[in-house]
Amino acid sequence: MAQYQNLFTSVQPVGPLHDGVELPRGDFKRIGKPFLVHLFGRLGNAQIGPIYLGTLGLASLIFGMAAFNIIGFNMLASVDWNPIQFIRQLFWLALEPPAPAYGLSIPPLQQGGWWLITGFMLTMSILLWWARTYRRARQLGLGTHVAWAYAAAIWLYLVCGFFRPIMMGSWSEAVPFGVFPHLDWVSAISLRYGNLFYNPFHALSIVFLYGSVLLFAMHGATILAVTRYGGEREIEQIVDRGTASERAGLFWRWTMGFNATMESIHRWAWWFAVLCPLVGGIGILLTGTVVDNWYLWSVKHHVVPAYPLGSPVVVDPAILGVKP
Amino acid sequence: MKMIFKLALSLATAVLLSGCERPPIEVVQTGFRGTGMEQIYNPRTLAKQAALNQAPIAAEAASADGPKASQVYQNVKVLGDLSVGQFNRQMAAITQWVAPDQGCAYCHNVQNFAEDVKYTKVVARRMIQMTQKVNQDWKPHVAETGVTCYTCHRGNNIPTQVWTAPKDRLYANSLLGDLAGQNIATKAAGLTSLPSDPFTPYLMGAQPIRVNSNTAMTGVGAYANRASTKQAEHTYSLMVHMSESLGVNCSYCHNTRNFQSWEESRPQRVTAWYGIRMARELNNDYMTPLTDTFPPHRLGPKGDVQKVNCSTCHQGAFKPLYGAAMAKDYPELQVSAKP
Repeated sequence: MAQYQNLFTSVQPVGPLHDGVELPRGDFKRIGKPFLVHLFGRLGNAQIGPIYLGTLGLASLIFGMAAFNIIGFNMLASVDWNPIQFIRQLFWLALEPPAPAYGLSIPPLQQGGWWLITGFMLTMSILLWWARTYRRARQLGLGTHVAWAYAAAIWLYLVCGFFRPIMMGSWSEAVPFGVFPHLDWVSAISLRYGNLFYNPFHALSIVFLYGSVLLFAMHGATILAVTRYGGEREIEQIVDRGTASERAGLFWRWTMGFNATMESIHRWAWWFAVLCPLVGGIGILLTGTVVDNWYLWSVKHHVVPAYPLGSPVVVDPAILGVKP
Repeated sequence: MKMIFKLALSLATAVLLSGCERPPIEVVQTGFRGTGMEQIYNPRTLAKQAALNQAPIAAEAASADGPKASQVYQNVKVLGDLSVGQFNRQMAAITQWVAPDQGCAYCHNVQNFAEDVKYTKVVARRMIQMTQKVNQDWKPHVAETGVTCYTCHRGNNIPTQVWTAPKDRLYANSLLGDLAGQNIATKAAGLTSLPSDPFTPYLMGAQPIRVNSNTAMTGVGAYANRASTKQAEHTYSLMVHMSESLGVNCSYCHNTRNFQSWEESRPQRVTAWYGIRMARELNNDYMTPLTDTFPPHRLGPKGDVQKVNCSTCHQGAFKPLYGAAMAKDYPELQVSAKP
């Protein structure tokens, strides 16, 4: 029984290595001779390779490397080409979008021009990689669920760095490329627009984010718990419920009165994950363009509890006309 | 294998925990329950801070009788209406506060005390006027606690917490690597990557600090709030500085669910509001005009004079010296001297 209580995958079937299905004429050759790594097999599949790069993959990598290098060299230049400072301050450094004064115009290279070029390169890279996930799925005869899930993430990325800045009329509203700087941008946009926690789309996004985590944990735990009855053969059990499926369903019906099925749990997980950036993006798109202060918006719609004020009530000194 | 795994696990735990502050943590509620209006203290840090913020014992008050200092000494432009006894007591106190190691000679030519040859004497005179100005006209900020030279100097020639405009990087005009005034670790911004000089725009200039809207929906035309997210970063940086300087968190002044609201704020925010304007006036009216008086080695990398910000006085305490009312022992510093 103890064999099922293992942190790592305990079953590693080893067979002849296989390149995969034939590709249509005109496609690239796959790269690399496949091989097995036992340790990898403990976490995922033991077979490494071959990789399919293709036109889209190659183009995506070229654009991506260009963006990566422009960001990196700007960061290195910003510490006067000092490699030690580059490593010490790496998390603080950034390639910053143009100043508000430039609006949507094209600024000089060192005042945001590099940022604009990098944004284009990175976006191209991401979109080409999306096309690649779509086309690879089609070539293998799969559905395109992965591509559309990825598209949801791209939507949020484009809202933050492209759609919203255009609607606001200023590239300066976009996200800087940098570790701490992009986190500071997150704080700053919340402070500027009256507390993003009162943005209902932000709230929904958090529901789907934490919901995804919860569903993932519930599903993973359920399947591992019924593995001893063959529960890991989920796909077969969609149509042919065995004792594993029955017991898993029973467990949840007993504990919370309702259960997903072997098929529907994956739709739950997919939709929760996809809705997280989808609704989040809507919330960001409305910020500053339609709603200027989310806290006051929530007051307006009676979702904010009122608390007693301190006594005496504090008054803004600026409106008292006091000098100084 | 199992041994290595356990070792790695305990090592990882140790590394994770090393980022934490050792308890106990004391929480002091400052607002209505459920609003998160509270201050967080660690008694160990507080004990260390308290030891650093002790006011020196004041010398016994001198008699106001006898001839005036201005009649006995030459070239006395401030404090001249004190008696000689009071005047010398004040001079001794300033020596103890500002130049305990160098003594009188730090400012005076000991052959001729009346001479203005040393720049330090000229600066000290102006600083006495500044102290009087603060105590007399900035009561909304310093109240009756007031300030003395010691509030900032703490026995140092130059207060330990002052600011100058940050120096440009070496290749500031090159094609790559514009910092945009931020994105580098600085103490001024509390080691965040926020704008590294929040002082020039707000404590010298009078750039608008307020970025929030007081309407829910985005205004159009004249009703639009044009403050950008980048401006919010500048304001944020100033607020980080204030928070660090006072050893408090945001909710010491603000109700953080609605930063802009005054009625939901604590009265401390009003005091801070005056403090910003006070620092601005001291920098523009007292420090900057002294730029040419100071020798070059006392100036910042851009040739600007060392200036004051919140930490110059506060030095990590919510009230400088935890509110020790030093100023009452030095009434001559309480009002601007008559010319």
